[in-house]
Amino acid sequence: MLLECRDVRKVFGGHAVLDGLTLDVAEHEVVALIGASGSGKSTLLRCVNLLAEIDDGTIHLDGEEITDPRADPDLVRRRIGLVFQSYNLFPHMTVLDNITLAPVRVHGRPVEEAREQARQWLDRVGLAEKSGAYPDRLSGGQQQRVAIVRALVNNPRLLLLDEVTSALDPELVGEVLSMIRELKGEGMTMVLATHEMGFARQVADRVAFLDAGRVLEQGPPEQVLGDPVEARTRQFLTRIIDAGRL
Amino acid sequence: MTYQPSIRQQERIAYRRGRAVRSVLLAAASTAVVGVGLAVGITGAPGWERVKESFFDLDTAQKYLPQILEGLWLNLKLLVVCATLALALGLLVAVLRTLRGPVFFPVRALATGYTYSFRGLPLIIVLYLFAFGIPGLRLKGTPDVLVLGAAAIIVTYGAYLAEVFRAGIESVHPSQIAAARSLGLSYRQAMRHVVLPQAVRRVAPPLLNDTVALQKDVGLISLAGPIDAIRAAQIGVAQDADFTPYIVAGVLFVLLALPLIAVTDWVTLRAARRQNAGT
Repeated sequence: MLLECRDVRKVFGGHAVLDGLTLDVAEHEVVALIGASGSGKSTLLRCVNLLAEIDDGTIHLDGEEITDPRADPDLVRRRIGLVFQSYNLFPHMTVLDNITLAPVRVHGRPVEEAREQARQWLDRVGLAEKSGAYPDRLSGGQQQRVAIVRALVNNPRLLLLDEVTSALDPELVGEVLSMIRELKGEGMTMVLATHEMGFARQVADRVAFLDAGRVLEQGPPEQVLGDPVEARTRQFLTRIIDAGRL
Repeated sequence: MTYQPSIRQQERIAYRRGRAVRSVLLAAASTAVVGVGLAVGITGAPGWERVKESFFDLDTAQKYLPQILEGLWLNLKLLVVCATLALALGLLVAVLRTLRGPVFFPVRALATGYTYSFRGLPLIIVLYLFAFGIPGLRLKGTPDVLVLGAAAIIVTYGAYLAEVFRAGIESVHPSQIAAARSLGLSYRQAMRHVVLPQAVRRVAPPLLNDTVALQKDVGLISLAGPIDAIRAAQIGVAQDADFTPYIVAGVLFVLLALPLIAVTDWVTLRAARRQNAGT
């Protein structure tokens, strides 16, 4: 297993957002986390990336316990990419500088080499002419694609995507989703929290339904989204369908 | 067909132009009335002749201008040195105050104590303590009064600037730090490359404004003895029993401040524009 979360607990102000959550992710696997707001999807991703400290349980990456207090979080994060709902590009840097910051400063790569690689990526995702632009000149979809590239140039073992299309205008969602679809084709291991059920069905190998800080139900997308076992999963999906999102 | 404004739009434009002309005329008239009123009020005052003689005497002004200018050169040098070092000190203290964890408690406490005490302490008292207190210890290698006075100014202004920097650091959204850390940057690297550049840009206008205040406060060093523009003027005042040298020094200080004020306004305007550009 590439990622193993065991009985993970995370408490915010007396409320257990993650309450004994267990989830495994194999290499090259794409797992979609679904569930209501507050069910713990984003919190789980932040815990895996060690941006939040867990209150119990263990998380292993490549068999190594990353929640060991002796582990260096900076070294762990180098192996995990995280893409945020609100992009979080650095507004004072150009697109190119956003992308090359970590390769140069963290991985010690030569500047020219890092820039060349960044340009190749931008070219691939159709943003070559934006390399010198500042983020506020880009559309939301463009910003999010840059944010994904920024995470990918560090060659992460695992990519975490936190509702990456939730802040986008509907007509811009497609360009981001097709980029994720391509990454899946290349074998990138991904865990994505999402509200896009249609996309989860298409791209995920497995869908995990989170409820009250645990994985209540998981399995192939057709089963979890089409014929869920748990009453709560059905309830959740009914609400999604009522909202016209499935 | 090229676009032609409609009749209605042409009427609107004409009406607005008329209102604009009227506003300008009104503003000019009211400015003239206030100006004339002030001039008549001051020059018509019973003591005006006496004041003119002892504050606006051209001969005295010419006589002391060279000495005052020479003093002003000292002020200018002091300004550059004090501003640079106070900015550096302020930035350092602000960063120290953001450090978390029990290990850094002493550092944090010291930095906090420093900003609390030196923002409250009048500069004149700090100046006296440094310029006269420290030499009084009779330690070997005690620096010149000029250096001690400059140190007093730096230490006092560093405390103000530290708070401005801190406000800037705290205004950077935590998600920026999260993004930086998620890429593997250490706390230091995140500060250096992500937080501080944004923080400094945001607080550049208030920082420059404090530098304008510093520009005139370097004149207080005259209290410790060095002959700066104010001291040179004071000597002239004492010799001729005429206050004109003070006016000369004052005018020179304003002239010295003008470029700095202009830069501050420009930076503020640019920051405001950039802030609005995003939305």
